[in-house]
Amino acid sequence: MKKLAKLVLFLLVAVMILSGCGSSKPTLTVYNWGDYIDEDVISEFEEEFGVRVVYDEFATNEDMYVKINAGGGNYDVAIPSDYMIKRMIDEDLLHTINFDNIPNYKYIDEQFKGLGYDPNNAYSVPYMWGTVGILYNKTMVDDTVDSWKILWNEKYSKQILMLDSQRDSIGITLKMLGYSLNTKNPQELEEAKEALIAQKPLVLAYVGDEVKDKMISGEAALAVVWSGDAVYMMRQNPDLAYTIPDEGSNLWFDAMVIPKTSKNKELAEQFINFMTRTDIAFKNTDYIGYSTPHTEAKGQLEPELLEDEAAYPTIEDLVNSEVFEDLSSSASIYDRIWTEVKAK
Amino acid sequence: MKLKWISYPYIIWMVIFILLPIFLILFYSVTYSTNEGIGFTLEYFQRFFEPIYINVLWRSLKLALTSTGVCLLMGYPMAMILAGKDIKKRNVMVLLFVIPMWMNFLLRTYAWMTLLERNGILNSFLGLLGLSHMDFLYNEGAVILGMVYNFLPFMVLPIYSVLIKIDKSLIEAAGDLGANVPTIFRKVIFPLSLPGVLSGITMVFMPAVTTFVIPRLLGGGQFTLIGNLIEQQFLFVGDWGFGSAVSVIMLLLILISMGIMGKYEKEQEGGGLW
Repeated sequence: MKKLAKLVLFLLVAVMILSGCGSSKPTLTVYNWGDYIDEDVISEFEEEFGVRVVYDEFATNEDMYVKINAGGGNYDVAIPSDYMIKRMIDEDLLHTINFDNIPNYKYIDEQFKGLGYDPNNAYSVPYMWGTVGILYNKTMVDDTVDSWKILWNEKYSKQILMLDSQRDSIGITLKMLGYSLNTKNPQELEEAKEALIAQKPLVLAYVGDEVKDKMISGEAALAVVWSGDAVYMMRQNPDLAYTIPDEGSNLWFDAMVIPKTSKNKELAEQFINFMTRTDIAFKNTDYIGYSTPHTEAKGQLEPELLEDEAAYPTIEDLVNSEVFEDLSSSASIYDRIWTEVKAK
Repeated sequence: MKLKWISYPYIIWMVIFILLPIFLILFYSVTYSTNEGIGFTLEYFQRFFEPIYINVLWRSLKLALTSTGVCLLMGYPMAMILAGKDIKKRNVMVLLFVIPMWMNFLLRTYAWMTLLERNGILNSFLGLLGLSHMDFLYNEGAVILGMVYNFLPFMVLPIYSVLIKIDKSLIEAAGDLGANVPTIFRKVIFPLSLPGVLSGITMVFMPAVTTFVIPRLLGGGQFTLIGNLIEQQFLFVGDWGFGSAVSVIMLLLILISMGIMGKYEKEQEGGGLW
């Protein structure tokens, strides 16, 4: 009997340790891209609303999807991109948003509402938008940079940084070959795979956010980057320039959504409303350098940033560009291509 | 045997965090799930035997064996130097070896990136000497360097702990009987230190063959090792079946190499760390 009592005691202790001590403050868990917010904004929200924010970061959409789909993390708010939002809507992973709780939604530019990934504006509130392009160091590159093909030029062997993100890297390769970056045609994808494998000896590294340090300090000549990161890097190192190749690129939108893992939907809506408040939206835009869909925040930006074509490209720059679409069942072909390219 | 209950927390721990996950990995590696239900498949194991993945396995083994070899070549003399010092100096030197290990392994690996990059400290130094820049980072050499740097203490310490236990009178006796220094090393010291060498090899080889952070940071994501393959399947691709199958193969490899080592160690009558 004594033995049993001891066992029970241990189990109790184990359960107590595992469950942790609860805190009285409500908790909001946010899942965002790495380096994609002005972190002061988080503590401001904590103070104003008397809550605790758990802030987690991911490096690619796939990364985020796998975690949320597996039910990990209890995320209340996530900020994925267009095609991933579509996929999450289709797989019933997102809550519909109650827009009565988000009055600041009115500041979002109409042209960013009702886009293909969320045609009825039911699941998402736009956060940022941008493009993918080539960032190059003018002192190290003497050719004109107007095509993705320069990333396959042997002259720049071991001077090229690629994104460690399957959709982006395969997408620009498809664009280089003259195909759509949403293709499901196995033959076109096979060609893209061969091209990426052929490019591998020229690549210095496949990187994520490290690209910023590397390009600013002149470690490499060319890199595939997202536009906002390009704006940030060009501010730090004036030798850098950003271009969207003529073949076209990817035009993307990141938006705030509430995954079904959320346990406090109302608080999540309050957070989204807070993020869409003019002063906060301005703070974030100013800090991270991406293009904002927020009309008021955009109005407060410095004019030189508004004229910067990296941040706010003209329509002509985007004429060949496409928005990613959800690949549904073809996604596994992309997974496999990327695994094989990396494994080679 | 009255204190048997002390082991309960450990048993609970083992079941939840070791046995259950292993069972789950085995389960995922041989099943597939569709809307109709779950079925048995060996497709994931089959896929692993495609040349591209065998190549990954081969690369992992090659890099891990190389770094284990380098660790042994550097670690053995180091352990002998340590063991030869008097006890005061010896303790200070062992402490110097252990202190860096208290720092987070990730931080130390990041530090190597700053040292090795093109405009890094090492290259600036070469520049000062009038030598041209070299690419240290993002190649196989950098990955091996990272492994050797991180795992060297695991080679030195077991060998050292065996060496200090060797009965000095055996060495004296060998000398009295006319053996010269190389012979003493070959016939007395080295055979007696073999258990330490074996456990050192195991303790370096295991983490080296499974590491995924070092090749990603120092290899620039180009040298996919088996650890990276597993990480990618679980975190980025979401193909748990294939990831589990690779993990099972990894597990088998480790069990086999432990079995081989264990056999030798028994013959040599233990003395290593485990």
